[in-house]
Amino acid sequence: MINLRKNRDLAAMEGRRFSLDGMMTGLSFVLLLVIVVTPIFMIVYHAFFYEGKFTLDLIVDQLTRDTTIASMWNTIKIGALVTVFGTIMGVFYAWLLGRSNIPGKKLMRSLFTIPYMFPPFLGAMAWDLLLNGRSGYLNRWLMQTFNLSSAPLNINTIWGIVFVEISYYFPFVFMQVVSALERMDPTLEESARIAGARQGKVIWKITLPLVTPAISAGALQILISSLAHFGVPAILGFSQGIFTLPTRIYSVIARSGGSFEGIRQAAALSILLVAVVSLALWVQKKVLSSGGYDIIKGKSMRPTLINLRGARIPLFVLALSTLVVIVVVPLGMIFLVGLVRAYGLPLIPANFTLANYQRIFTTSGTLASIKNSLVLSISAGIISMLLGTLIAYVVQKIKPKGTGALEILSVLPYSIPGTVLAIGVILAWSGSLRINLYNTLWIILIAYIARYLSFSMKTSSAALLQVHPSLEEAARTCGASHTESLKDITLPLIRPAMVSGFFLIFLPAMREVTTSVLLYGPYTRTLGVQIYSLRDAGMMPQASALGSVAIVLIIIINAVVNTLNKDRRGV
Amino acid sequence: MAYVRFENISFSYGDNQVLKDFSLSLPKNEIMCLVGPSGCGKTTLVRCLLGLSRPDQGEIYVDDVCMFSSKRRINVPAERRGIGIVFQDYAVWPHLTVKENIAYPLRKRRVKREEIARRVQNVLKQVSMSEYINHLPSQLSGGQQQRVAIARALMSSDSLIVLDEPITNLDAKLRDQMLNEIRELQRNIGTTIFYITHDQRAALHLGDQLAIMDPQGELVQIGTDEDIILRPKNRFIFEFIGVTNFLPLKFIDSAYHLDLGGQMVPWPEEVPPEVGGGLPLDMGIRPNDITFDGASPIRARVRRSVFLGSEYDYFVQAGDRELRVQQSTLDATLVGVAKEGSEVGLRFLNPHYYPAVARGA
Amino acid sequence: MAQVQVQLKHVTKRFVTKTLGDVVAVDDFNFEVYEGECFSILGPSGCGKTTALRMIAGFEDLTEGEIYLSGRPVSSSRSNLYVPPEERDLGMVFQAFAVWPHKNVFENVAFPLRIKKVNRSEIERRVAEALRHTSLTGLERVFPSDLSGGQQQRIALARSIVTNPKVMLLDEPLSNLDPQLRETMRFELKELQRKFGFTIIFVTHDQSEAMAISDRMLVADMGKIMQIDTPENLYNKPINRFVHSFLGESTFLKVIIRDGQAYPEGDLEHPLDVPVPQGADREMIMASRPNAIELGAAGGYQTHIQTRIFLTDRTEYVVPIGNQTLKVQTPHRITFSQGESCSVRFVEPMWYPVEDEDAEKERQRRQLI
Repeated sequence: MINLRKNRDLAAMEGRRFSLDGMMTGLSFVLLLVIVVTPIFMIVYHAFFYEGKFTLDLIVDQLTRDTTIASMWNTIKIGALVTVFGTIMGVFYAWLLGRSNIPGKKLMRSLFTIPYMFPPFLGAMAWDLLLNGRSGYLNRWLMQTFNLSSAPLNINTIWGIVFVEISYYFPFVFMQVVSALERMDPTLEESARIAGARQGKVIWKITLPLVTPAISAGALQILISSLAHFGVPAILGFSQGIFTLPTRIYSVIARSGGSFEGIRQAAALSILLVAVVSLALWVQKKVLSSGGYDIIKGKSMRPTLINLRGARIPLFVLALSTLVVIVVVPLGMIFLVGLVRAYGLPLIPANFTLANYQRIFTTSGTLASIKNSLVLSISAGIISMLLGTLIAYVVQKIKPKGTGALEILSVLPYSIPGTVLAIGVILAWSGSLRINLYNTLWIILIAYIARYLSFSMKTSSAALLQVHPSLEEAARTCGASHTESLKDITLPLIRPAMVSGFFLIFLPAMREVTTSVLLYGPYTRTLGVQIYSLRDAGMMPQASALGSVAIVLIIIINAVVNTLNKDRRGV
Repeated sequence: MAYVRFENISFSYGDNQVLKDFSLSLPKNEIMCLVGPSGCGKTTLVRCLLGLSRPDQGEIYVDDVCMFSSKRRINVPAERRGIGIVFQDYAVWPHLTVKENIAYPLRKRRVKREEIARRVQNVLKQVSMSEYINHLPSQLSGGQQQRVAIARALMSSDSLIVLDEPITNLDAKLRDQMLNEIRELQRNIGTTIFYITHDQRAALHLGDQLAIMDPQGELVQIGTDEDIILRPKNRFIFEFIGVTNFLPLKFIDSAYHLDLGGQMVPWPEEVPPEVGGGLPLDMGIRPNDITFDGASPIRARVRRSVFLGSEYDYFVQAGDRELRVQQSTLDATLVGVAKEGSEVGLRFLNPHYYPAVARGA
Repeated sequence: MAQVQVQLKHVTKRFVTKTLGDVVAVDDFNFEVYEGECFSILGPSGCGKTTALRMIAGFEDLTEGEIYLSGRPVSSSRSNLYVPPEERDLGMVFQAFAVWPHKNVFENVAFPLRIKKVNRSEIERRVAEALRHTSLTGLERVFPSDLSGGQQQRIALARSIVTNPKVMLLDEPLSNLDPQLRETMRFELKELQRKFGFTIIFVTHDQSEAMAISDRMLVADMGKIMQIDTPENLYNKPINRFVHSFLGESTFLKVIIRDGQAYPEGDLEHPLDVPVPQGADREMIMASRPNAIELGAAGGYQTHIQTRIFLTDRTEYVVPIGNQTLKVQTPHRITFSQGESCSVRFVEPMWYPVEDEDAEKERQRRQLI
């Protein structure tokens, strides 16, 4: 009888578990509704509705303007060129550093992923300092040396933009293909040699076709990133009147001085940009779902490396010079110009000074921008990490009705260009819904969270998938309640993934410029925005000095992440 | 005395009825092996016992305490059932050391620290893992991880432990060793063990009693190893526990004949009247129960002869039926090896008779 | 005598690894494989079998020695000769199938012919024939990912027989298949060999597979050849303790020899009823197959049944002998119950010197590679 009564109490306890799960599910939906659905809805609404009525006038009006057509054409042209050349470069170096006997493979492989860490707009800035049609250092030196009347090279062109974007986006293909080559079963190639094919033929007939899925996945990643990209065309294109859709949207807002009409126009342009990117996303989905081949290796075996013979040293030199051009030159340029007394002075020690650094660390605006970026990145990192893990848990473990919608909503903002997202956030949170966050850090924070949520959601999801249900169940049978097993087992196991999820958000947020440049107010400049505005105001040395600070910060954080990842306990 | 009782358990996933009116009793302090093909519902039953799944109907008692009853609306949550479990994938927690893993059930029961330390030492000795007390699971082999899981289960309960396919992920040599260790452990502690497996060999190795389920989730036979092997209750069990040959028997002119396809040979053995009675039958025979006997009227030709060390493996053709025959090397040296292509006579020991089923079914 | 098809002379391969230092993966391999023979290289992981096969295929160069294919030198340290794999005219099948997922069945099998620039109608004819022999006819346009493991391995087989090579190298080709399929594929392989007359070199760690398929086999351990012989001879007369235990179930007893009698360690009162070999050491290891030990009521070494395991095709008993235990397997007709007293007699056991402990340690070190 006593047993029976005890059992009733226990049965009641079981009910609470469901309410915990239910609470988590509900919270996930509400937060996604606020953070993700609202801004997207606002854009669509304002592009198609005017004063509560459906109208296509705005869209048609925008579509028929020459400026719109031109910037759309530029966007597509740049995207296509960057994709083609970036893919070729990525595949070539992946093969060279993955399958040949070139010296220093391991080190070079990590060096080749460096551009991935740094914001492209800093690179664009560096190349502008070097190859600007009027005042670039290299151009002036060439003109003086060879007595030329005009600059021989000009970075402020479509091709210049393409060049800089390639150097930052080719790692997408490079990294995918390197890892595909690594995972590939070497006997696939060996059996072709047994069949009588020579080394070269094997590469062409077997290796390349087998890594095609990796190549196309990387290529589409390049295409989508390039179409939505803001920084490089903004820095290199404005002075020459070269606009892409994201930079056009920015200039419409900037010129209208924040008027509602300007924002409505921007919303219409955003719809166009989303349409272009969606096309690429659709292709991506088709390609990815058509499936990769199963090329995972069975026995662990070292793949046979291809002997480059005579070409070994020349190719090594080529790889090294590529590294110099894409990494050393731009970073070096930023550091050097950051030291020079005034822009235009020769880059010799006599002209070097620390005054720029002194100035940026004493100017309140600049200091505040560093502080703002730190505050924003850390808060966005923590909030997205927690929210992403929450959603991941709901999606992977609770699996309520509407799991699919939850998953889609959380990754949706990632496929929306940052510029568009910013417009949506402005429309949603600057008073039209009775909440006005404009000119505060909050509005930027909301945009960051929406933009980066999918990063932590993906890493936490992957980690949770690794946590086999039996691990939690074992804890239950050991006497732990549902909450206790979450706390003792599941959370500790995915903690490393949550930490890397945090840094995956913190890093890009620190260098973000695309959304912040549309959302900042007088007191809410971010690091990226401040560099951008200093440069815009012609203060090149100060912009460079601040850029150097950003680079050093990024390097330090990366080093911390790498040490953290080295010895982690968990899945 | 029954220690665990399942009474009329029914369970379904959606429209798929996995268990229907399933009842089973586990005797105290014995090893009961529940054997069945994969998908027959044995893991579901374990989950119901542990409180991880909720049966639609029925009652579950452990030591006369009701753990689940659909009628009385009792469902003790998993953490209060006090049953030790060892999962197929070990489920040792990778972020905790061996000691922390094993101590966890005691910590949840608020046992005093010194007491925990003492009992951890003790149980580690029993599974011969004392020197690994501060290792992380990733530093251990599969067999060692499974020993940790067993130790942890012993901490949850020293009276009832459930092992759900615990050796499937280990290699063959280690498997036999683990079975011996589990056996030893049970002898030393006297725990009631509920061992779930699809591998009849492991069950025969380990179980005091075997309970065999068919693919439909019905309990077919409960018995000792000899009961199951020598007196399988039906055709399913006969086929499930070992390699089999089947030959049809037809009742012609008031006597059973072996149907070798176009050729009828009088069946020399006695068919028990309770299964025979003139109906067509399938005669089941194990490969090692067929011997070569030159005098036998049942003739066959040796298609393949393969030396496997401890035995010779033959495929012989009798009429249009192909049969598999196993001859131990010892017998082969006594009787001689049958050459490929030669003709042999066959003698059948221990035949089993089952009502004929349509061929190909 | 059939012609020698593959010959290894003093073949040695040394690796330098970071963690383990210098490792001799293959140490002075000498053997010949004859035309039409099925020859297995058998051993545990780290015994050098795969390295030996890869040297024959030409994926690894050798450190010392010479390899001949059909009398032609293909690798030689002395004359610094190394013929690349594509010029060795071999067929090879790998453990992980290695069929190309981007080519359909027909294109996979046609690839070796296309490389050789065989004309189109000839390709059609020869591919069709290869597919017929591997029961793949009708699947020409299907892609490998839509096929089962067994079918994928058949594609690999078809691809390697399509050029009609004289020598077929098989690197654990059946290990990734389920047991039943393994058995069928074994027979199919032998059938193909009968039809096409190629020589097989088969690498495996599975002794029953090797025994079932081979005419002769080589047992290797720690980079050294232990024994080369027919399956029967290897099983019945293993040269040392390692080969004995690797070739099938074994049970070993440490035995003390005194006054021409053999006593189990721990019981110097009761001798075992076996003839002691001439020149035996004071301590020996006596090895038996568990099913070659007779279990009776009397007449032999008296002991009792410690454990009895009743299996479908036999009964296994564990009986204590001195301070050791012995595994015995008998047919069902011989029954003892647990605890019952019994006697054991050994039928032609093998005798080995007490094993060198160092050999066991070296084996464990190699497992780490």
